[in-house]
Amino acid sequence: MLEIGLSHYLTVGAIMFTLGIFGIFLNRKNVIIILMSVELILLSVNINLVAFSTHLYDLVGQVFALLVLAIAAAEAAIGLAIIVVYFRNRGTIAVEDINMMKG
Amino acid sequence: MIIQAFAFYLFAALLVASGVMVISARNPVHSVLFLILAFFNAAGLFVLMGAEFIAMILVIVYVGAVAVLFLFVVMMLNINFTELRQGFLQYLPIGGLIGLVLLAELALIVGTWVVAPESSMKLASPAPPIERITNTHAIGNVLYTDYIYLFQAAGVVLLIAMIGAIVLTHRGREGVRRQRISQQISRTREQSVELKKVEPGSGI
Repeated sequence: MLEIGLSHYLTVGAIMFTLGIFGIFLNRKNVIIILMSVELILLSVNINLVAFSTHLYDLVGQVFALLVLAIAAAEAAIGLAIIVVYFRNRGTIAVEDINMMKG
Repeated sequence: MIIQAFAFYLFAALLVASGVMVISARNPVHSVLFLILAFFNAAGLFVLMGAEFIAMILVIVYVGAVAVLFLFVVMMLNINFTELRQGFLQYLPIGGLIGLVLLAELALIVGTWVVAPESSMKLASPAPPIERITNTHAIGNVLYTDYIYLFQAAGVVLLIAMIGAIVLTHRGREGVRRQRISQQISRTREQSVELKKVEPGSGI
């Protein structure tokens, strides 16, 4: 219990991943909270990558975590830009109103 | 050893608690602030694991850029958030069910999995001992040599995201007077000056 090993970190990562999924289901109407939940999921993936990397003494996991970080930043920027444009057009960000492109 | 365990449990508990608050806070501004707290605690976990470069990058990128971007958007858009929270309890059972199933599956995986003994022979880029070379230096040695193409591709992705965000949110406003230097310097005397012959005593 006091010896902190790899499985401790993996447990934290699994709990954070589940929280992210749960947050997407819980806040079905609010796009901003859904984007934050996606950030939580990416954070849990990073925890897993770095935990394996430091446990196995292999640096590739940390390099990959850096790339995940960069992609997450790009995704947040694009997602928030889309939200701003959508709010400017419609005056709301409720998810179920986003059906204008439906055929 | 006991200090390491104490620090791990502190960071992990705070991380999970702030993750719960992110998805359940009433006010989205509070959600963003708890997201920042979660990232700080994750950075603490990374330092504990021995990946201090990733920890510092996490603080800089997430807290300094992404979370501030979220905060900016939440505060800029005038959104009725109480309306968006309707149906919160309606989605609670199905979300909780899926979360429990997922957590059980992940617990099964974490509980039964072992590292293959020969995996230490098959490392792609083994980390040098920390006494000889620091974590940041080692990552730089690997990132700028073996993974230079991935690094450049990440840069291109960020550039495209920046251009995309600018193109999406830029709008040409009506009725804004901008300086057009070519028009200014291509004016001729005939366009600008008109000579009027004024009769005395009659006005124009």
